[in-house]
Amino acid sequence: MADDIRSLTAELARDPDSLAFLRLGEALRAADQLDAAVRVVQTGLERHGGHADAHDLHARILIDAGNGAAAGDAWARALALAPRHVGALKGLAFLAFQEGDLDTALDRLETALSENPTDPSVVQALHAVREEAARLEAEIRLRAGADIFAGFEGADHGLLLVSERGLVLGGALRDPSDEDVAEEVAGYVAGAAREATRAARLLELGDWRSLVVEAADGHLHVSLPTSDTVLLVKRERAIPAGRVGLLARRAATAARVWVEAQR
Amino acid sequence: MTDRLQEVLDRVTRVRGVRGVLLVGVDDGLVVADAVMEGVRANAVAALAASLVQRMARATGTSGIGQPGFLHLEAERGALLMLAVRERLVLVAVAEPGVNVGLVRLELLRGGAEVR
Repeated sequence: MADDIRSLTAELARDPDSLAFLRLGEALRAADQLDAAVRVVQTGLERHGGHADAHDLHARILIDAGNGAAAGDAWARALALAPRHVGALKGLAFLAFQEGDLDTALDRLETALSENPTDPSVVQALHAVREEAARLEAEIRLRAGADIFAGFEGADHGLLLVSERGLVLGGALRDPSDEDVAEEVAGYVAGAAREATRAARLLELGDWRSLVVEAADGHLHVSLPTSDTVLLVKRERAIPAGRVGLLARRAATAARVWVEAQR
Repeated sequence: MTDRLQEVLDRVTRVRGVRGVLLVGVDDGLVVADAVMEGVRANAVAALAASLVQRMARATGTSGIGQPGFLHLEAERGALLMLAVRERLVLVAVAEPGVNVGLVRLELLRGGAEVR
């Protein structure tokens, strides 16, 4: 490494107009001599300001030195010279990702991938950003759903809003051992709601309003806040059924407001 | 059908607003015994009530609150009230809107105790 640096330094001294500054700058960067690397590349750029790779190298040295803003400027200059420069696209994607701008990061990486579909670092980065985007989306969905019943008694363990297909939309349901049973029960409750609708229709009872179940250790109250959602309220046996019904009505109103806001 | 069972069913039907009472097998949804007014489709009530009980049993079981004892489906023009009376049997009352649910529940519980 030291030999490389020495010979490249000599080469550059012999011919200051050569592109040897790129290899020297890269070697200094690899050797973690970042100040020297910056000086070499900046000097080279005075002569080769239209060289996109030089700006990309400059940016990578700057990012190693912890100067993200300047690195972003350097990559932007590289991209202005070569709009599909893979290094600059990857770099700007990295900065966007760091700032939480996943859409821009994805755009940059997808452009880079279309330019060089076999670059493993682009494939890997794209995979990581997509995973993060999916995780974030799930978290946002979960947070939005959890907010439906914010402030309601038992919102963290006994209030659940489910789609007609049995998907959890919001709220939470836990069994007495504090295990999350929302997903499983959501399917059963959606099925029971469909069965209640069928029963009410076939027996000419009109629309059904509620299905209340008293079990050995608790109550379940099922209702339809909207035509395509099912609300489940679970409470301990000691809570009077009337109070559960009241809570269910208030929760149904909150659920309706939430559903309307999503449309 | 034993006289005693018929007596239990008849007693529930005497509550104002009750249009019929049935003893139903939860697993097969078949009528074991019934006392229903004309127009009440006993077979349909039995099948639908059994299905509802089965589905809610899965929900209560998974929720960790045990097996359903009493179920009340309230609708615009009536109600279904169901009481588990034995391992795999359920007493079902078909009622008009505005029925005194508490009273029907009480009669079902009394009847259920005798069926056991």
